[in-house]
Amino acid sequence: MPVTKKKKRKLAIGDDEVIVLDNVCKSYESGAPALNGVSLRIKRGEFVFIIGGSGSGKSTLIKLLLRELVPTSGSINVLGYDLTRIRHGRIPQFRRKLGIVFQDFRLLPDRNVYENVAFAQRIVQRPRREIRKNVPAILSQVGLAGKYKSKIKRLSGGEQQRVAIARALINRPDILLADEPTGNLDPKNSEEIMALLQKVNEAGTTVLVVTHNGEIVNKMKKRVVALNKGVIISDEEEGEYVNAD
Amino acid sequence: MRISTFFYTLQQGVRNIFRNKLFSLASIATITSCLFLFGMFYAIVINLQHIVKTAEEGVSVTVFFNEGVTAERIEEIGKAIEGRNGVSRVEFISADQAWEEFKTDYLGEEYADGFTENPLANSMHYEVYLSDVSLQSDLVTYIQSIPEVRKINRSEITASTLTGVNSLIGYISVGIIVVLFAVSIFLISNTVTIGISVRKNEIEIMKYIGATDFFVRCPFVIEGILIGAIGAAIPLVIIYFIYNTAITYITGRFSVLSELLKFLPVEVIYQDLVPITMAIGVGIGFIGSFITVRRHLRV
Repeated sequence: MPVTKKKKRKLAIGDDEVIVLDNVCKSYESGAPALNGVSLRIKRGEFVFIIGGSGSGKSTLIKLLLRELVPTSGSINVLGYDLTRIRHGRIPQFRRKLGIVFQDFRLLPDRNVYENVAFAQRIVQRPRREIRKNVPAILSQVGLAGKYKSKIKRLSGGEQQRVAIARALINRPDILLADEPTGNLDPKNSEEIMALLQKVNEAGTTVLVVTHNGEIVNKMKKRVVALNKGVIISDEEEGEYVNAD
Repeated sequence: MRISTFFYTLQQGVRNIFRNKLFSLASIATITSCLFLFGMFYAIVINLQHIVKTAEEGVSVTVFFNEGVTAERIEEIGKAIEGRNGVSRVEFISADQAWEEFKTDYLGEEYADGFTENPLANSMHYEVYLSDVSLQSDLVTYIQSIPEVRKINRSEITASTLTGVNSLIGYISVGIIVVLFAVSIFLISNTVTIGISVRKNEIEIMKYIGATDFFVRCPFVIEGILIGAIGAAIPLVIIYFIYNTAITYITGRFSVLSELLKFLPVEVIYQDLVPITMAIGVGIGFIGSFITVRRHLRV
């Protein structure tokens, strides 16, 4: 009897969909699954909040979207890249289409503002002339035009996050992923950063913000996907913060 | 790769050294101390081998012939001995030469005048010099098998002592190289571990932004190579001065032993020591940085 290979079901992706998760599970060696049967579709140009308490699976979701982790089962497609099958050598190319902002900013502390932002352009091998033009332009968009020479350590938390956003945006990403972007900021700076992300979204970039800042979520009236114990418990347009802890 | 990207990675490699001053200093110091020990040891061993070799070259076997052996046959035997393995040269000493040497060395002209004929008429001989004294007994056995040979003089003790010293140097060299390598690996792996913790964040950031493995690795590898090269160049400069000073001191202080202690000039030692040390230094820097980065590329 001939052996037939089990064919993997092809994920159906709409033309305007940039992120598609289909029945995604992720388990670590110890403990309960971090994500359990998560299905999610995000369209181009959307602004989506992913909310949930600690252990809800938010961080795992971000890591899966960055292709830092591979799902135990299910499929993930981001911008046409099948993240369950992508070759290691193509991951950099994929990540260049994303802009990433972290809670702890993840800047290179021994370089100044200009060098931190220019670094992202050097990675994609932009000519020096172009870098000299693009970096000041993006820094003025995030309100840091006058601080391009400043060392990272001398900036406030809000300013550091602006540098991180500038770095994430300089290569004109299709999607901006922000993991707790206001987690280390005071309310005033948090509001400013969210206003900046709103502006980025209005310019056409899909924005995905992982947060547990209920105040901001409720104020912005955007799509809210709530996670609890690795499962999506709600997904609402113009949703509100749900405390599932 | 764009030319500007190439120069950028090169520039970053150089800058990294200054950005992480403490780590760079620790790495350079580690490589410097390991290669300093290696270089010193190398210079000592090479000199010992040179001294032993010089002594070996002076060791000879004297071959005397029976009375009435023709000059042709003696020449034939000389050629056969010269063709043997381990023989560096064969010198023929005629009876007249032997008498002249004897007179000069032991008698002096006034006593020698009393002899009307050459008392050493039957003492023409070959002085056979060896390139490897450990082959002396084989050679002696061979010469003894030649019927025209009357007598063989040789120094068994000198030969066996030199052979012994040679093997001893060999064993000590291997032992010390093993110990040095173990110490070097321990020190370098420690330094690399520190390097990993310093660089982990930086490598992760680069990878998240979309840097290729090559782009991430390049500045680190350049930095490693430069650190290795500096770590190799420093001990070479130090050893150069120490060596010259030590030789001047020893030859001045122990002039009595000047015939025995024949040191090689530093230029001769450096013909091999410079490329070996530089290759080890650069190799350590390259491998160390390559491994450090590789562990974090899977982000």
